[in-house]
Amino acid sequence: MKRVVITGAGTINALGADVPATLEAMREGRCGIGELDFPDVDRLSIRIGGQVRGYDPVARFNRQQLALYDRFTQFTLIAAREAIGQAGLEFNGELAARTGVILGNSGGGMTTLDENYRTVYEEGKNRVHPFVVPKLMNNAAASHLSMEFNLKGPTFTVSTACASSNHAMAQAFQMVHGGLTPVMVTGGSESMLCFGGVKAWEGLRVMSRDACRPFSANRNGMVQGEGAAIFVFEDLEHARKRGAEILAEVVGFAMTSDASDIVMPSKQGAARAIAGALRDARVNREEVGYINAHGTGTAANDKTECAAVADVFGAHADKLMITSTKSMHAHLIGATGAVELLACIMALRDGVIAPTIGYEEPDPECALDVVPNEAREAKVEVALSNAFAFGGLNAVLALRRFA
Amino acid sequence: MSSIQDRVIEIIAEQAVLEPSDISLDSTLEELGIDSLGLVESIFAIEEAFDISVPFNANEPEKSDFDISSVRSIIAGIERLIAEQA
Repeated sequence: MKRVVITGAGTINALGADVPATLEAMREGRCGIGELDFPDVDRLSIRIGGQVRGYDPVARFNRQQLALYDRFTQFTLIAAREAIGQAGLEFNGELAARTGVILGNSGGGMTTLDENYRTVYEEGKNRVHPFVVPKLMNNAAASHLSMEFNLKGPTFTVSTACASSNHAMAQAFQMVHGGLTPVMVTGGSESMLCFGGVKAWEGLRVMSRDACRPFSANRNGMVQGEGAAIFVFEDLEHARKRGAEILAEVVGFAMTSDASDIVMPSKQGAARAIAGALRDARVNREEVGYINAHGTGTAANDKTECAAVADVFGAHADKLMITSTKSMHAHLIGATGAVELLACIMALRDGVIAPTIGYEEPDPECALDVVPNEAREAKVEVALSNAFAFGGLNAVLALRRFA
Repeated sequence: MSSIQDRVIEIIAEQAVLEPSDISLDSTLEELGIDSLGLVESIFAIEEAFDISVPFNANEPEKSDFDISSVRSIIAGIERLIAEQA
């Protein structure tokens, strides 16, 4: 089996318009959550989110492109340009034919849907723009990414709600690991921050009106974010031959289904995914120094996740660090695992653990080292990234420091 | 006020797949087999029926200014909200 390494990373999210800005914000424990700004926000009861600010689409894309690119596609391409630029790969011939794109996404072109529903239902118009369908489809971002970079291998979008990116990256890992292709472009993108997107979430009554405070006893719900993160996964030998810089190694993953409830998480399902990833990666639990938690800041997730971690790691659970960076960039739903992988790379490569900010009161049901409020320096050999989705679908990735 | 009570019991009964006559004022939602999703759905139905807004966050039901410990407390809460929001 091939060893799989990450040779490029790119992002745009509420913390920054690229990877260095995002990692700097994570190191400083900065919060990207603020007042939402879009039409009809005054009709929402939830008015905060991790919105991408200071972003001018016209500076990045031309008029023809913007007619076809929903916000989630725009974010994807911005992140992909950074990732592929860092990897330094050009896709021609055999490499182009084999390299594909697997992305996670949950809502598709939610802003496009919202705007066009408004056109037909609210404004009573009987005509919509001809590109509504190609703009809103969930695979639009993966397709445009493949077109921009001439990637002609296996390309598709995975949609498993909050675990979409982890499922997608696990698939990409598997393809490189199995020797199907030397390179895959993977990650996730999401943009649900529009009136209809937030209104739908509001209905479930799990959203916080003031902050995302994972693991804190006074947490009161999740906060939505938007953005994308894209990675280049590459066969180690292929990367070595061309002298590529290696950010980290992906060593394994596991996926499970709770098969129990459409929204309530299950400790067993989460624990099986965590334990499965360790087994797949052939790492001892004592080697794990950092877990990027799913850590949504809801009452249900955080205590279930901590119980699952305690079950899998036993006494070692008290020695490892587990943080939720959603406290800073908010919950990017289908893109969240991708943005959170950046925190794992920072832990492994830079030896800096992104904190759980907004932490105010210890919760006895979440009694792990959540690195409250301030980043910490620590040498980490193995990091895990958890994602536990609505629908009871779990995906955990394992990464190792590349030395 | 009894019409509010009847209507709330109807909504809860529908959610619990029971007859309204099977619902006692002292029943808890748990006893009636209504889980967290059922509760959120019932609150939505109540908001729609009475055109009110019920302050309820599923993350902190005990902190919400709305007591869901029994059918009786739910009815009392709704009567209060209707009076306040009238």
